Amino acid sequence: MNIVALSGSNVGSKTRAAMDYTVNTVAQKYPETGVTLIDLADFEIQFSDGRHFLDYEGDTQYVAKTIVEADAIIIGTPIFQASIPATLKNIFDLLPQDGLRDKVVSVLVTAGSLTHFLIVEQQLKPILSYMKAQIVQDYVFIEEQNIHRKEITNDDVSLRIDRLVEDTVGLTETYMNMRKAQEEAYGF
Amino acid sequence: MENYRIDPAKGMEFGIYTLGDHLPDPTAGERISAEQRIHELIELAQLAEEAGIDFFSVGESHQEYFATQAHAVILSAIAQATEKIKISSSSTIISTSDPVRVYENFATVDLISQGRAEMVAGRASRVGLFDLLGYDLRDYEELYEEKFALLLKINEEEVVNWDGQFRAPMKNAKVLPRPQNGSLPIWRAVGGTPASAIKAGHAGVPMYLAHLGGPVTSFKPSIDAYREAARQSGFDPTGLPISTAGFFYTAETTQQAQQEYYPHINEGMKLTNGRGFPKQAFAQSDDLRTVINVGSPQQVIEKILYQHEQFGHQRFIAQMDFGGVSFDKLRKNIELIGTEILPAIKKYTAKQ
Repeated sequence: MNIVALSGSNVGSKTRAAMDYTVNTVAQKYPETGVTLIDLADFEIQFSDGRHFLDYEGDTQYVAKTIVEADAIIIGTPIFQASIPATLKNIFDLLPQDGLRDKVVSVLVTAGSLTHFLIVEQQLKPILSYMKAQIVQDYVFIEEQNIHRKEITNDDVSLRIDRLVEDTVGLTETYMNMRKAQEEAYGF
Repeated sequence: MENYRIDPAKGMEFGIYTLGDHLPDPTAGERISAEQRIHELIELAQLAEEAGIDFFSVGESHQEYFATQAHAVILSAIAQATEKIKISSSSTIISTSDPVRVYENFATVDLISQGRAEMVAGRASRVGLFDLLGYDLRDYEELYEEKFALLLKINEEEVVNWDGQFRAPMKNAKVLPRPQNGSLPIWRAVGGTPASAIKAGHAGVPMYLAHLGGPVTSFKPSIDAYREAARQSGFDPTGLPISTAGFFYTAETTQQAQQEYYPHINEGMKLTNGRGFPKQAFAQSDDLRTVINVGSPQQVIEKILYQHEQFGHQRFIAQMDFGGVSFDKLRKNIELIGTEILPAIKKYTAKQ
């Protein structure tokens, strides 16, 4: 299994802090699972112009290709202006319409205020469904006050991330097995 | 239909097209040389002709894993190696070429083949060739529309007066040689959505509709929209041919056909497209209502006839060589087409 942890903003440190914890959790609990962290702050990615993702070059192609080749994606995102950051939306725009088909996608979100709790539900999940992702229904919502100097300070947050990782790996395995059984049944 | 060299009384035409992909055979694990691939394409056209197949076409792609960048050159070799089969591009990327040079090439192929050449003009689904050939991707749409219009003009007028954005103006210019009958059938390549089909209809040009997968009913709206747009623009849709193009493979049983072709499609798509072809979608080729024409000869006959009933199209073009299918298998396919599929299709679609 090959998991991509996608940190969806090019500024700030809280989402990255939560993603670092997430990646470590995957690596410790599931050492046989490959996990690649993509922090969009580390890449120069161009805006989507509608071309096929293999026709981009450099960082843009690398990021798009890495995501397309993943079995599961854990998205970490802050909330900007009551929505997901443009950097993250751009990643979706780079991919084919059904670019998340046969992938499990889970979400953790960092936000300055509880008023943003439903942003994932109302804005991110519809995009993921449209792109045919298998969504892990529960997401981890992390308030700003739970992260101090790049460390998670609230055990409840850490434990919820642990469960998110468990659910992501569990569901990915389940879907992979399900698909395998289904494909074998076709007899070709 | 006559000016497009199609006689509906003889029934629906059946053709073969290749994108000219040059991919390893996943069952053997090896890739033949580009030289061998090109020679096999020429031989395939000869076999198709011997089997009575109406049409053979070669695509232009400039990406990695393709061998037919110079598709017009390959078509000229096919023109020389065959006698009666119609030959065409599928597609020529008109956006990134000079329509004058393209027309010169295809008019010449028409003369070599003694009046058998056609063209399908498209705009490329992949855009690496814009960099390679020195075009700006931002002009994607305008390049296609302007150059396609010029291509049609050259086809229709012996003396051309023209000016536009992407090419030097033409003053009383003669584009030579002229094809055997003065002009060529030129088709407009159309992708998935009705919007694209509507443009072909408004232009009053034959439509070449590619379909990858999905239900027949999903493509019907494009066909209907094309004819309606043609009518609105003052063309008689009954005089405009439609061709569909998609995956095709046949073997003794439907399951064997699926078994043999799927690895080629899946692995080939991974290399050329970055992702495989969902097996679930491919498995539905055993359903009469889907457009993937993969199955036993009987299954494929029924599917093509059902499509004909729905679309009323004049030609179906089969892509059976994608992803490194061995020449032996291609030969077997041609044999089944010639002995079983073609006679049945002609029998049911020709005027009695």
